[in-house]
Amino acid sequence: MQSIAAPARAGSRLCARCGERKAALKRPKTLEQICRECFYVVFEDEIHRTIVDNNLFKAGERVAIGASGGKDSTVLAYVLSELNKRHNYGLDLFLLSIDEGITGYRDDSLETVKRNELQYGLPLKIVSYKDLYDWTMDDIVKAIGLKNNCTFCGVFRRQALDRGAALLKVDKIVTGHNADDIAETVLLNILRGDIARLSRCTFITTGEDGPIPRCKPFKYTYEKEIVMYAYFKKLDYFSTECIYSPNAYRGFAREFIKDLERMRPRAILDIITSGENFRISTTTRMPEQGTCERCGYICSQKLCKACVLLDGLNRGLPKLGIGRSAKGGAGADGNGERQGKRPERNRSSLQGKHGNLDF
Amino acid sequence: MAAASSSSCGGGGCGANCSSSASPATDDAPEEKLGRLSISTGGAASCGKCGGGAVVVVAGGVGLCAECLRAQLFGKFKLAVTSNAMVRPTDSVLLAFSGGPASRVALQFLHEMQSKAIESWDASNSQALPAFDVGVAFVNESALSSKPKCEIELAIADIKSIVSSLLPGDKAMHIAPLEDVFSSESNDREGRLRELVSMVNDDTGREDLLQCLRMLSLQKIALQNGYAKIMMGSCASAIACHVLSATVKGQGYSLPADVQYVDTRWEVPVVLPLRDCLSQELSLLCELDSLKTEQLLDRPCSGINGLVASFVARLREENPSREHTIVRTAQKLKPFSFNKFSANGYHDFLPSRLRPKFQNVDSDESTFPEVFCIICRSPFSESELHNLESTKHKAQKKIDLYTAYCCQSCHFQILPGGTNLGDQFFSLLPKFWTERVDTAPAGNCSLRDQIEDYLLEDDDDEN
Repeated sequence: MQSIAAPARAGSRLCARCGERKAALKRPKTLEQICRECFYVVFEDEIHRTIVDNNLFKAGERVAIGASGGKDSTVLAYVLSELNKRHNYGLDLFLLSIDEGITGYRDDSLETVKRNELQYGLPLKIVSYKDLYDWTMDDIVKAIGLKNNCTFCGVFRRQALDRGAALLKVDKIVTGHNADDIAETVLLNILRGDIARLSRCTFITTGEDGPIPRCKPFKYTYEKEIVMYAYFKKLDYFSTECIYSPNAYRGFAREFIKDLERMRPRAILDIITSGENFRISTTTRMPEQGTCERCGYICSQKLCKACVLLDGLNRGLPKLGIGRSAKGGAGADGNGERQGKRPERNRSSLQGKHGNLDF
Repeated sequence: MAAASSSSCGGGGCGANCSSSASPATDDAPEEKLGRLSISTGGAASCGKCGGGAVVVVAGGVGLCAECLRAQLFGKFKLAVTSNAMVRPTDSVLLAFSGGPASRVALQFLHEMQSKAIESWDASNSQALPAFDVGVAFVNESALSSKPKCEIELAIADIKSIVSSLLPGDKAMHIAPLEDVFSSESNDREGRLRELVSMVNDDTGREDLLQCLRMLSLQKIALQNGYAKIMMGSCASAIACHVLSATVKGQGYSLPADVQYVDTRWEVPVVLPLRDCLSQELSLLCELDSLKTEQLLDRPCSGINGLVASFVARLREENPSREHTIVRTAQKLKPFSFNKFSANGYHDFLPSRLRPKFQNVDSDESTFPEVFCIICRSPFSESELHNLESTKHKAQKKIDLYTAYCCQSCHFQILPGGTNLGDQFFSLLPKFWTERVDTAPAGNCSLRDQIEDYLLEDDDDEN
């Protein structure tokens, strides 16, 4: 919120776009000084162009908006329902929320989503870890401590989103990942040497070969502009960090991106361009698609990652399936007949399909 | 000042590292210095490789003594040179020397390889394999420096003495002022260089333009003196910085061209044998072996490059091998066809069992000629090619063509805005670059240029 302080200084200059009204803000993406109305227009138009140019939707589709109550998904729900009406996309929109069971965080943010349901008139579906896995994140943290808990949360949420989407019978899921998130993921994949994910992480739509594709209409939208939009439109969103989240590694990269943006706003787009243009050999092996023997979810192993992790939790071996031992653990479980393959590719099963890492 | 390394930071050291760990000629107790550079748990541990000497550095989880560190670095250098056929017995190699630790080590290692080759030439009866020649180039950027001339003179004298002390094997020393890239086109070269550089508004862009000019300078030295290769001291740390800064500048497509051992897109091919060595290890080796380096000429990078360098320094603190991981990621990207020696008969000097390794490589890929940016020589991505094609057809003036022949990154951070400034900027660029632009296919472009003087105003409809 502090980042909004800048526009106040714009003074009496006129909007660089319409030339009529007083400029009210400096656009984070281009540093143009424009008025509030023009900001709404360019912000919404860019998202509309992204949707149209990339053929994200077809008329008549049912689309679930992954809604956490945070700024990104709130703005996404608002803008998408506006654009849907304005440009006649012909979409049936739904809000889909995951209740991880984090007291003092998710319960509050879900209240926000419930208000959004009424404000935007979009039907809401909440899927909880408790119902799906019989574990809440609070229970999991009690069992395994604060280390690695994000692995569980990330894997479970990815699957929970898909299951919720299946219950809603939607054709697509949209998420609020913004340009900053994608640029950060590109950098992280470079830092980790993960070439397979590096090639996928800039795709605007992922999982097209799976049952329910996901797309990111905010791929080119700056986080700062999303905050600005929410602020000026006085949207109702929840802005607390997850209480279990502190993640130093991602923090490094995030900070770096913010520094870059300060020095050269277009750096974020440039990183995404680089990510799209990397010459990645087409022979880079992608994991083979299969289904989990236990739950039927798409996966590249015998058991999906969520089942492996769940198995560990239920058997009191929470380390099963985490980090390096994941190769051993998941490999021993499901890899028997595929020994010729390189383990690094096998590992990326679920996370890989959906193109992102720690959300 | 003058750094001949291929990446954003001088001499292969990275910003933070250069400025912090390599203070020139101070009397720091060696233990203190080593303590800062090494991650070892204490002086008592013994080398994990030979079990003998005291550990000075931890590399890949194994503590190494000074001797083993040296052997390891030289091993990497030699492996890079031999397994990529970088130097042929008949070659003369120009080493780009900035005075920094990385190029200093490259000079030392190259000298050792040459001495050995001379020795075996002298000892052999048949004298079948001659010893390659070595020359050393230093690009003098004093025209742009704020440092007093006398200090620079001293530094250059030091560099000369370093090179001349390396015997046997005479090494020609070439000291070229950066403004010599304009030789034969301009009387006031220094002025022209300053004017050109001052036209670039973006800090990062200015630094990158200088880097390109430096490379041009090296190319000129090599061409004029008949060198077959240019060897650079770019180390893993410098390349890791380059990988990230190229990504940040949107140069993802051309990135793999810059991180390979061999790069033949230039008139004189460039080789990077220190690609697998960290700058910390190289600086440490310089201290251990008392290899004299010239830190006076070091200049910290600024702008995006500086930001990236400090980010990488932070990552290194968290995980010392992160730089290697970054370089490895970039190596997994598909290199270009010019990233290997492919001339007919090039590999004939190799032992016959090694030759097939090089000769079979390009059979399965179609090599089409790349289009390069006239300034930074980055190969064009698809969208840049597309843009170039469409401009070629409608370009009316030369400047439009020149602009289209710049990659999007140079376009943004180097080219000045506004047509008038653009005209002036391109006229200041070294002819060597602008002459590359083929104006022939754009028919109406050259037509217009012919009648340019008689046209009153630029009131046409172009862009």
